[in-house]
Amino acid sequence: MTKQARQSVSIIIAGSGGSGVMTAGKMLLDAAAQAGRYGLMTRSYGPQIRGGEAMTTIRLSSRPVECVGDRDDVLVALDWRNIERFLPEVALSQDSLIIGDPKAGVIPESIQAINADQRDIPLAQIAKKIPGGRPNMVALGVLAALTGIPVESVVATAERGLKKRGRDVVEAGLAGLRAGMDAATELSGLDIPAPTADAGGERWSITGNEAAACGAVHGGIRYAAGYPITPATEILEWLATALPKVGGKLVQAEDELASVAQIIGASFGGVPALTATSGPGLALMVESIGLAVAAEVPIVVVDVMRGGPSTGIPTKSEQTDLNIAIHGLHGDAPHLVLAALSVADCLLTTQWAVHLAEALQTPAIVLSDQFLGQTRAIIDRPASVDYIAKRRIAGPINGEYHRYALTDSGVSPMAIPGLAGGQYTAEGLAHTERGVPSAAALNHVAQLRKRHGKLENYDYGAHWAEIEGEGDTAIITWGSTTGPIREALARMTDWQSKIRLIAIRLLSPSRPEHLAAALEGVHRVLVIEQSQTGQFHDYLRAKYDLPGEVKTFCQSGAVTIRPGTILNEIVGWSA
Amino acid sequence: MDVGTVRLEPKQYKSGLKPVWCPGCGDFGVLSSITKVLSALGLPREDVAVISGIGCSSRIPAYLDVYGFHAVHGRALPLATGLKLARPDLTVLVAGGDGDGFSIGGNHFLHACRCNTDLTYIVMDNQVYGMTKGQASPTTDPNWEEGKLTPGGTGINPFQPLVIALASGANFIARCSSSDPNGTAQTIVEAIQHPGFSFIQVLSPCVTFRPEQRQWKKLVHPAPVEPTDDPARAARRLLTDDAYFTGVLYRGRRAPSEPAPQQTCEEVAALEKEFRVESPRYVGR
Repeated sequence: MTKQARQSVSIIIAGSGGSGVMTAGKMLLDAAAQAGRYGLMTRSYGPQIRGGEAMTTIRLSSRPVECVGDRDDVLVALDWRNIERFLPEVALSQDSLIIGDPKAGVIPESIQAINADQRDIPLAQIAKKIPGGRPNMVALGVLAALTGIPVESVVATAERGLKKRGRDVVEAGLAGLRAGMDAATELSGLDIPAPTADAGGERWSITGNEAAACGAVHGGIRYAAGYPITPATEILEWLATALPKVGGKLVQAEDELASVAQIIGASFGGVPALTATSGPGLALMVESIGLAVAAEVPIVVVDVMRGGPSTGIPTKSEQTDLNIAIHGLHGDAPHLVLAALSVADCLLTTQWAVHLAEALQTPAIVLSDQFLGQTRAIIDRPASVDYIAKRRIAGPINGEYHRYALTDSGVSPMAIPGLAGGQYTAEGLAHTERGVPSAAALNHVAQLRKRHGKLENYDYGAHWAEIEGEGDTAIITWGSTTGPIREALARMTDWQSKIRLIAIRLLSPSRPEHLAAALEGVHRVLVIEQSQTGQFHDYLRAKYDLPGEVKTFCQSGAVTIRPGTILNEIVGWSA
Repeated sequence: MDVGTVRLEPKQYKSGLKPVWCPGCGDFGVLSSITKVLSALGLPREDVAVISGIGCSSRIPAYLDVYGFHAVHGRALPLATGLKLARPDLTVLVAGGDGDGFSIGGNHFLHACRCNTDLTYIVMDNQVYGMTKGQASPTTDPNWEEGKLTPGGTGINPFQPLVIALASGANFIARCSSSDPNGTAQTIVEAIQHPGFSFIQVLSPCVTFRPEQRQWKKLVHPAPVEPTDDPARAARRLLTDDAYFTGVLYRGRRAPSEPAPQQTCEEVAALEKEFRVESPRYVGR
C-alpha cells in the first residue's frame, strides 16, 4: 500500500442486515467530518428488510466529493454471508486491504481470488469480551485507527450516536471502539490529510433527500402528502417532523393517486404543496399532474429515481424516469421538469422548483435519484438563495372574475377560497377564461397557447444549467452523473481550456437558445447518462442542435459510474 | 353569521350556468337542496368549496356560486381532504356519482371514512354510468340487462355503500331521495353540522338510461327508527334495510382526526441545525 498522502480513501463495510453496518458507516463519516474531512456514504441493501445483505461505501477526502472513487481501498466484512452478491459492484483489487473475522465463516473463494492483502481480526470475539459489545463498534475502531481519524472525534461521535440508547450502550460502544483501535495498531497508511487552510466555514452532514425536503420548506411548502416508496420515503419522513414546526403538515395518504390529489386540493386552497415518490408512484400520479396543468394549480412532485421499469431495483440508482417526467402526461401539457445535480444541489433545485411552480401556476417535477437521495455527504453549507413561493393572487374583485384570463405573461391572478367575489370552479375540462367548460376550438386554442406561453416566455435566469470550462469539446449531462464527470475533469491538467461541462438543471421547458449560446465554438459533444436506451440523448436530439461529432456514453443503472471510466472516455476520444 | 350580514337566498348560491343534465334528472333536486342548505346555514359563498370528480353529477360545482374543483375521475375525496386539512376554516362538500365514488374512487371512499376528516360527501346514486351512455355501475342490480358492456346482466352483487361506510368508520350516514329536496336539504344541514366525515347517499334517478327509476319516489319512505350512535345497531339496520329507507341512519361520536396546526419554530433556518457538523476540529493525527 502506498505511503504517500492520498486525497481520498474508500472503505466498504458489509454484513448481514441488522448487523450495524450503516450505524458504523455513519459514525465513521461523522467522526471524519468532525475532524475536518469531507466525504460521503452510500447505502446498498438487498431486498430483505432484515437479515439480508447490507453494504455501505464511505469515501473520506480532504476535499469535497460528489461521487464514489475508482477503487475501494478497504473492505471490512462483519460476516461473509451474502457478500458475494455485492462483489460485481465494488472495485476491490490486489491493492486493497480486506479485513475479515476468521470466526465468521469461510472466506468466499471469490474474495480470496482478488489477491488483496487479507488481515484477520476477530471482531466478534473481541466484542464478546465486552458486556453488551457489538462487532460493528469494534470494526469502527479498526477503521478509525486505519484512517487516522483522531480518537477524540470518534469517541465524541459514538457517544452522541448512542446516548439515546442509555449509558450501558454508550459504555459498551466505547469499549468496543477502543478494543478495535488496539487490534489495528499494525494497520495504518490510509490517513488522509486534514485540510489546514480555509477550514472555517460551517459544514453539513446531509442526504439528498433531506436536502430536497429542506429546500422545499425554504421555498414555502407547507403541506405535503405522500405514500411510502423506496428511495423517496426519507423526504416525507423529514417533512413529517419539520412541517408542523413551521405551521404546516404532512399527511400519509392511502396511495399515490391520493397523495397528488391531496396536494392539488391544498394548493387550490392557497397553501404551497408537495409530494415525493419514485417511478412507480409517478406513473400513478400522471393523470392528476395533467389536471394541475389544465386547472393551473401549482404543485411540486419530487421523483427519486430507481432502477425500472416496473418494481425494478428499488434500492439502486438510474436516470430513467426522464421520459415519463417530460413526456408522460396526456394531451399538450406543458409543465416544469428540473433535475438536481448533486447531493447539495437537491436543496437549491427543489427550492427553485417551488418558486417556479408557484410563479407559473403549474406542476413542477423534480428529478433526483437513489444515489443523490440516499447518499449522505459532508458539504460546505449551501449558499442561501431567495427563491420562495410568490403566487400571483387575485386582489379584491370588482365585477366578474375570470380565473383563466388571458394576460401578457400567461399567468392569471388566482383567487384563493375566502376571497369574496372570486368564486370559480377549477376545471380539468377545456374551458373559457371564466373557467366554464367549453368544447369550442377557440377556447381550447386560447388556453393551450396561454399555458404554453407562460412557460416559454418566462425568464429562468442563470440556474437553467451549470456551465464549467471553455474548451471546444462539450460534455452534456444531467443529474447525478455530473459528480463523476466533475471529478474526472479535475484530474486533467488545464481541463478548462479543453472541455466545457454543461449540466442541465431545467429540463423542461427546453432552452434551445441558451444551449446554443453555451455551445458556441464547440466542435464535438459527449453525452453522458445512466440509461441503457439513451433517454437523455434522445431528448437532446429532439429539443436541441448538437454541433459536430456526437458521442454517447449510456450505461444502465445499478452499475456505478466512476470518474475513471469517464476519464477514459474523454482521453480515449482525444487520442 | 356576523351581525349585519344579509342572509342570501338559495338562488343567490347559483352560478346561473345551465346544467348539462337531461330534463327530469334527479340531480336538479340535489342542486336545489344544496342551495337551500347554504342559505339556511348563512354561509358566505366564498367560504364554501364543492369538490367533484367526473360524471353527470360531478358537474355540480360549476352550477354553484361558491369555490369549486371539477377534478379527474375518482379523485374528489383526496382532493377535498387536502383542501380541508390545509384550510380547516372552509366548509368543504364533496359531490359525485356512484361510479366515481365506489368504483374508480373506491379506495379513497374507504380511507375518507376511516380518516374522518370533516367533509360532507354527497353521492348521487343512479346505479348507472350516464355520461358514457349506460353502463352498469358498482350499485347496479345483477339482473339489469341493459348495460352495454354487460349484456345479460353483471351477475355481481351490488356494492353496499352505507354498510361499507359504517364498517370503514364514517361518522354520519344517511340516505335521501332527490324527489324530496327539502328533506335532503335538512339531512345535508345535519351532515355539515356533524363533526367528522359525513356520507349521504341520494337516490337520484337517471331518467334516460334507467327510466324505471322514476318509480323511486313512490318506493322511498322515511326510516321507521331514530338515528343511532351504536355501530352494531346501525349495522343490523343497514343490513336488513330494503334499500329505500331515507333519513339519518347513523350518527357516530368519533372526533375528527386533525387538530389545527401549531407553529413551534419561527425560523425555517432553525430546522437546519440537525445538519450542522458539530464543532469541526480540522486536525490530523
